[in-house]
This record gives sequence, structure tokens and C-alpha cells, in this order.
Amino acid sequence: MPNADQLAISAEHLVRRFGTFTAVNDISFQVQRGEIFGFLGPNGSGKTTVIKMLTGLLPLSDGHATVMNLDVSKEPDRVRENIGYMSQNFSLYSDLTVTENLTFYGRVYGLSPDRLRKRMDDIVQLNGLSPYLNRLAAQLSGGWKQRLALGCAMLHEPKLIFLDEPTAGIDPVARRQLWDLLFELSGQGITFFVTTHYMDEAERCGHVAYIYYGRVIADGTPEALRQLPDVQPPGTYRVEITTPEVTRALRIARTLPGIRSATIFGQSIHALVEDRFDMEHLREQLLKNGLVVAEIRPLAPTLEDVFVELTYKHQSEAEAATRG
Amino acid sequence: MDNAFKGFGAVFYKETLHVRRDFGTLFFSLIIPALQMVVLGFGIDTNIRQVNTVVYNADGRRESRELLDRFKNSDTYHIIRYVNSDRDLNDSIISGKTRVGIKVPVDYSDKLLHQMPAQVLILIDGSDSSVAGQAINVSTAIGLDESLRRALINSNAPFAVDMRPKLLFNPDSRSPNFFLPGLLAILLLNVTTFLTAFSIVREKERGTLEQLFVTPVRPMGLLLGKLLPYLAIGFFELTMLLTFMVFIFRVPIHGSVILLALLSLPYLFVSLSLGILISSKATTQAQAMQLAFLTILPSVFFSGYIFPRETMPKFCYALSFFIPATYFINITRGIILRGAGWIHLWTDALALFLMGAMLLIIAARRFHNKVISA
Repeated sequence: MPNADQLAISAEHLVRRFGTFTAVNDISFQVQRGEIFGFLGPNGSGKTTVIKMLTGLLPLSDGHATVMNLDVSKEPDRVRENIGYMSQNFSLYSDLTVTENLTFYGRVYGLSPDRLRKRMDDIVQLNGLSPYLNRLAAQLSGGWKQRLALGCAMLHEPKLIFLDEPTAGIDPVARRQLWDLLFELSGQGITFFVTTHYMDEAERCGHVAYIYYGRVIADGTPEALRQLPDVQPPGTYRVEITTPEVTRALRIARTLPGIRSATIFGQSIHALVEDRFDMEHLREQLLKNGLVVAEIRPLAPTLEDVFVELTYKHQSEAEAATRG
Repeated sequence: MDNAFKGFGAVFYKETLHVRRDFGTLFFSLIIPALQMVVLGFGIDTNIRQVNTVVYNADGRRESRELLDRFKNSDTYHIIRYVNSDRDLNDSIISGKTRVGIKVPVDYSDKLLHQMPAQVLILIDGSDSSVAGQAINVSTAIGLDESLRRALINSNAPFAVDMRPKLLFNPDSRSPNFFLPGLLAILLLNVTTFLTAFSIVREKERGTLEQLFVTPVRPMGLLLGKLLPYLAIGFFELTMLLTFMVFIFRVPIHGSVILLALLSLPYLFVSLSLGILISSKATTQAQAMQLAFLTILPSVFFSGYIFPRETMPKFCYALSFFIPATYFINITRGIILRGAGWIHLWTDALALFLMGAMLLIIAARRFHNKVISA
């Protein structure tokens, strides 16, 4: 058990019910200070509800949560003073200029004029906003909007920043630049709580949790999750089969004994196979059907594999429970 | 088969589905015309009836009571109060509670008994010319009728009952004098309600509201910060409209402009709160527009702005008490046309203030439940 002071977020048995519907069902997790915490899950799984609970917007139906050592139920206002939040639509006033947007949020957080000026200089420098200071937010491209929004969220020097799908809809260059910035800030001790749908972004997080229908079904470092027995059952391993005709190859591969599951990634097939599976047999079978196999090699599971396996397992458990 | 109408069937199919799913829009686009029709059909009775009337019966004997019974039995007057002094008679009309005042002099019965002509003073609020005209005509008719009746009983009686109608406040029966003070109330409501509702719904649409809720901004700070600029705009508009009214349309302000400005505060407060209430319900600006229209329409039809409230069907008349514009129109007409002061108008101001407070509490609560925790 790490020292409680080192925790940015501690959620214990969070429950949120809306009428008879349980949106968040007994969720517990911890986020260390300075971590980039990836919070993943399909739409409607309860991600937003959890964020609302942690930011003190939604009362908890049950459980306990502290954010930066503040109880969210008892001191929601102090929690909000100590966190930054950037939503997926960047929440800027499009008819205000970059400077005006920053000034507004600075005042919202009660910054003194001197401190506001200094923080604005810092942020403009850090985010490279200086050429655009007098431009209306509406006229900025997606990437610049996002940098401005992040700037607005960190004016008051919060030690914890919530980013709700920060990279939805922006170009790959801006996406990578944002992540570079996050790593830099994280190095300075700022904690990030990031939700995303991009698996490559999840891989960049030091700590990920996956929420599925109101329950956390995976929680740990990406590396630890890859080693989970449910993801990598004993006696199995993953292979990548590269071939020009993936669709036909997939059909054939699925008929062979020892293949548990197989799916296409671009020009290759990712398959979960049992130890007894004979790779040479597969190569022969494919050749017999006129398919050239470029390469077959072992493969580590991706986070997507992790989440798919865990979701299947969870679904079948849920079905078993309703049948029983 | 390529033709200019390609895709018609598919689009038609899709559109009918949209209309069916979006029940709200359909409802509003159908209910508003229906409402207008009902109001204009039932609400407008161009025959002036049941005009609120105050009586000062200084005589009090049988003859005077008989005369007043004739007023009561006519459909035109509705005697709602009796007073005991000229001052109260005047105040009742200035305050807008009654439009006609009947004064029966102390020697009315004596004069009739002594076969002398008796005079009855009819004070008429001239701000609404149609009401005033009807009140004059019917009162003289009652006087004539009473005189004839007396003449038939006693052929020696001279022209016995002499009605003396006196038109107050708008002696020339100018219609701008009547309409402009009312229009003031409607226009103010229009601007402030729309602007507030839109400014909040726009933030909802953009997602900036969601952002604000995760900052230390408290709901009351947010609402107040949003309201004040629009209150200032409403105030500016009031000044502008008053200037137009006085200098272009030549409608003089008989009462205190400062009182008018002061009493417009609770009204602006009501209409701004109404805007917040609308914004807590609407999620798009189009919806906010529909809801705002739904609040404007009753203010136009039921507030007495166009049609005298007394002539409305009972239901509409009852409804008019729940409409803020009803009170503010009485305030504007009172101050501008009748020179009314605080003692005449404090009840209207109080009603507006209570409405505003109630609306703001409801709006703030709805805002908290439906917007923040949604």
C-alpha cells in the first residue's frame, strides 16, 4: 500500500445509481502522483460519470473518493480549485481571442492580475501560442484549439489535470505534440487522468484502467495487463501471419485445430494459438490453397487484445450469471 | 432510371420519420397557432363588458341605490369596490384597479325629491379609448333612462338625472398613448428573456457550460454574472424606448421617470429568470426560441396589452394574474398616463418581485438538477 499522500486519486467502491440503473458499479482504483493514467472504455460505459463523481459534480451513491487528498463529497469546491479539466470539445469561447479566453479562465480560478500575467506568459511560451494571441478561438485549427484549451485548464497550476478525449478529431502531428507536452509536464510532477479511444495512446500511459458497463475489468501498467492469465491463458501464445490474401487465409486458419481466435490487422493475421499448434502445418495448408506466406512470427498481445479478451470473458460471465 | 426527382421517395420517408421522432418541434409548431386561434377566437370580445368600477356613494339613500343597481344590471359595469372619499375614488382609478368611478353626490336624493335635476359624476380612465367610449355611452343612456322613468311616474318632473362623464388622462383618445406604454413591457420581455435563454443555451451547445462546472465557479455566481449584463441591456432598452415614446410619438410621462426605472427592475428580474428557466429546459437554440415564443404570446394576448382584461372569458382573466406583463403594463400605463405613484403601484411591484423570486428559485433548482448533474 503506497503512502496515501502520494496518491492523486483514490477511488474506493464508487457507486452511482440513476433510478434503477447502476451506471457505476463498485469501482475502485488509485492514481499515483505524476502518473499518466489512461481511463478507457466504450461510450456509455460510465467514464464520464466517474469523471463527474471525481470532480464533485455528481454525488456518490456509495463509496468514497479523494482527489489530491480532498474528499470529493465533503469539499467539492476545493477539489475543483485544485484540478484542471479539458473536455473533448475544448470548451473555448469561439468569439473570444486567445488572450481573452486565457484571461477569463484565469479569473475563474481567482488568479491575481500579476500572477495571471506571469502564468499567461509561461503558458503561451510552453504551448507556442504567441503568434495567435489576438486571434479568435474560432479561427484556430483543431491542434491549436486543443493547446489553448489545455493552457486554460492549467493556468492555476493544478497538480492534477483531467483530459476527456483530448485528441478526438485532431491531426496526427498535433496528437503527437500533445503527448510530448504531456510527458514533459508529467516529468514536472503533474498527474494526468486521460480518457481516450486510441489504443496507441493507451499504450503510452504508465497506468491504464478499462471500464466496461460500470465495472473496472482491467487495472495496471500496460505491461502487467499483457501478462494477465485471462489475456494470455497458460499453454497459449500469439502469432502474426503475414500474407497477401489475408481474408482467404483467415478463413482457412480458423478451420485448423489449435487456433483459439484470429483477426486481421492490415496485411497480417493476429492469432491466439495453443502450444500444440503446428506452425508448419498452417504454412502447408495455406500453400496448398495457393497462398504465399511471407512470415509467421510470435507476437506480444497489444492492449487492444487485452481489452478484447477481458471484455469477452466479462460478457460470458455476465451471460452465465443471468442464465444461472 | 435517372430523373430530376431521384431520391424523392427516400428523402420523404426519412423526413416523415424525423417529424415523428421530434415530437417537441411538431407540438410547438402546431400548438402555437392553435393557442393563437383560441385566444383570438374566444378572448377578443369587441363588446366592452364588465368594466371594473368604483363607487363613491355620498348619498346612500334608496334613490341612489336604485341608480347604482341600474349600473350593476348593465353588462358594461362591474362594481368591484365602494369608497368613502373623492381621494379614494381618484386613487382607485390612478392605481389602475378600476377604470370607471361613479360619484353620487350627497344631495342626490334630496334634489330628486324636490323635483330638481340631480347630477352624477362619472370619472373615466381615457387611456383605452374603446373602453372609455363605451363607458360614456352607457352612462348617459342610464341617465336618460332613469330620467324617462321618473318622468313617466311624475309628469311634472323636469330632466331629472344628469350624467356628467369626465374623461381622465387621455382626453384626446390618442391610441399611441394607450399602446406604447404596453408595448414597452412586451419589448422588454422579448429582449431580456431571449438574450438570457440564448446565452446559456449557446454555452450548453458549445460545451463551455460543462467546462465551467468543473471550475470553482458556483452556480449562483455563474447565473448572476450572466444576468447582470442583460439587465443592463434591458435597462438601456427601456431608456431608448422611453425616449422614442416621448420625443417621437409625443406621449408625455405624467409620473416619475425614476419610479418607472425603479419598478422596471423587478420586471426585468422576472423576465431574466424566465430566460434561465427556458435555458434549463432547452438544449438547442431552436428549442429555446420555441419556448420563448410560448412565453411571449400569453404576454401579448392576456396581459391587457391589446384587449381589456375584463372582457376576457373567466379563464383567460384568471390566467392574466399569472402573467408578469399584466403587472408591468399597469405600472407603465399608471406612471406614464395616469401619473400614478408608489402608493398606487406597490401591489404590482410586489407581485412582480414575488414572481421573480419564485421563478429564480425554480430556475436555479432546475438548473442544478437538470443541467449540472445531468
